[in-house]
Amino acid sequence: MSGQAKEAPPRRPPFGLSGEAWLRILAPTIIGLLVLGGWEWVVRVHDIPPYVLPGPVLIAETLVRDWTPLSASLLVTLKITALALLVAASLGLLLAVLFAQSRVVELSLFPYAVILQVTPIVAIAPLIIIWVNDITLSLLICAWIVAFFPILSNTTVGLNSTDHNLLDLFRLYRASRWQVLWRLRLPSAMPYFLSGLRISGGLALIGAIVAEFVAGTGGSASGLAYRILEAGYQLQIPRMFAALVLVSVTGIAIFLALSLVSHLLLRRWHESAMGHGERR
Amino acid sequence: MSAAPLVSLRAVAKRYATGTLAVRGVDLDIDAGDFVALLGPSGCGKSTLLRMVAGLAAPTGGSILWPGGAAAAKDIGFVFQEPTLMPWATALANVALPLELAGMGRAEAAERAAAMLARVELKGFEAAYPRALSGGMRMRVSIARALVTRPRLLMMDEPFAALDEITRFRLNNDLLRLWEAERFTVLFVTHSVFESVYLARRIVVMAARPGRIEADLPIDAAYPRGEDFRTSAAYAAHCRGVSQALGHAMAVHAG
Repeated sequence: MSGQAKEAPPRRPPFGLSGEAWLRILAPTIIGLLVLGGWEWVVRVHDIPPYVLPGPVLIAETLVRDWTPLSASLLVTLKITALALLVAASLGLLLAVLFAQSRVVELSLFPYAVILQVTPIVAIAPLIIIWVNDITLSLLICAWIVAFFPILSNTTVGLNSTDHNLLDLFRLYRASRWQVLWRLRLPSAMPYFLSGLRISGGLALIGAIVAEFVAGTGGSASGLAYRILEAGYQLQIPRMFAALVLVSVTGIAIFLALSLVSHLLLRRWHESAMGHGERR
Repeated sequence: MSAAPLVSLRAVAKRYATGTLAVRGVDLDIDAGDFVALLGPSGCGKSTLLRMVAGLAAPTGGSILWPGGAAAAKDIGFVFQEPTLMPWATALANVALPLELAGMGRAEAAERAAAMLARVELKGFEAAYPRALSGGMRMRVSIARALVTRPRLLMMDEPFAALDEITRFRLNNDLLRLWEAERFTVLFVTHSVFESVYLARRIVVMAARPGRIEADLPIDAAYPRGEDFRTSAAYAAHCRGVSQALGHAMAVHAG
């Protein structure tokens, strides 16, 4: 039992990332590279023509070459997505608050929100595009319909699952309805609202793309879906794939951005946003 | 004692919507400045009784009278079984809540809340979120919040039941110290004989199904009570007496 056990100085993890974090980044990256490499290899070895299946290198080249029209389309789609999400978030929040204030309102309106949710957007998009003259507005409505429900239903659940003891406490101090809502129910519902928002972010993009597809056959839009359709008609398959890549990347970016917002807002108090190390 | 009690319960009964009779015929006077423990097995309606006194539940029979007027009924603090803190708010904001709900300005409320946190020995933890505090510290925040309005009646519903023994003993002592300094009235619900004897000046023993008062025992040991009281012969004797009363209450129910 003599001497001090030589303690190795803690090795500084490379780039400040732990082994676990490295694994989390490296493992999917390697899989991705392998799949892309295999794809490129198959295309080259079998000499598959690009109008059947372009290789990833060609897709990347097309993406760079056609960046100007593609990025312009991306901007159009992104604008509709963001606007639809904004409207869905504010209307969803507002309606959920209304539901929490009045059971009658909730019971009379909630079934219709469900109907709105379960009706396939592909089926009603043509109608909306016919009824609404302004094409941007009709796309916005389609994207909004898809994005609206998760925020509404999540926030409603959140507002209704406030801690009963805390509600008693507010009653004990004779808090007004407004104080209960503002200081208790809304903060309690925040994690639910944010998780609804994360789901809706991706859905708004899908709604916008679907609506563009439907409208695109009428030939009056210029979003990413329109580029995909157009490239399909012209058999410019690499371009079609490039637009598809942009759609996926945009969806991922929206999800990550909303996750970051959620993390920043909740990190100090909510379980879902705590690092593993901080868990008690 | 000649002064009117702080609160009087007269034939108070509570029947739940399900038809269960939770509390029956409770008569109880609580004097200002007293430390009263409500002791009984689970399901004896002691928490229900507490909630009725707090105004969180209405009795279905009898009445609860406040000789000091309606203002006295509002002049209360309540500590739940769980700390029941707002997880999104700092310790300071949690303690300041009752003051702000009553319309006090932010700055003054924060100042008073900080002073109250210091009195429960949480100076330096003002900016901490509940998540970062231990179970005992969270309960201290909860007590600080209940006392920040300087209420005349402090109600506690098995506040220390979920804590480990060492922490519970410390909080017992801190609660007694605060009570001796301010002499607010305490109505303390517990199912622990040892805790009730250590803290209270008067123990009201309840029996279950339906909840009713079985015995009303004074604990005449002098304050300040400290750790040596816990090991004294007088303490043991009181515990034995209260245990017997409790055993009797439960036997009546069983038979």
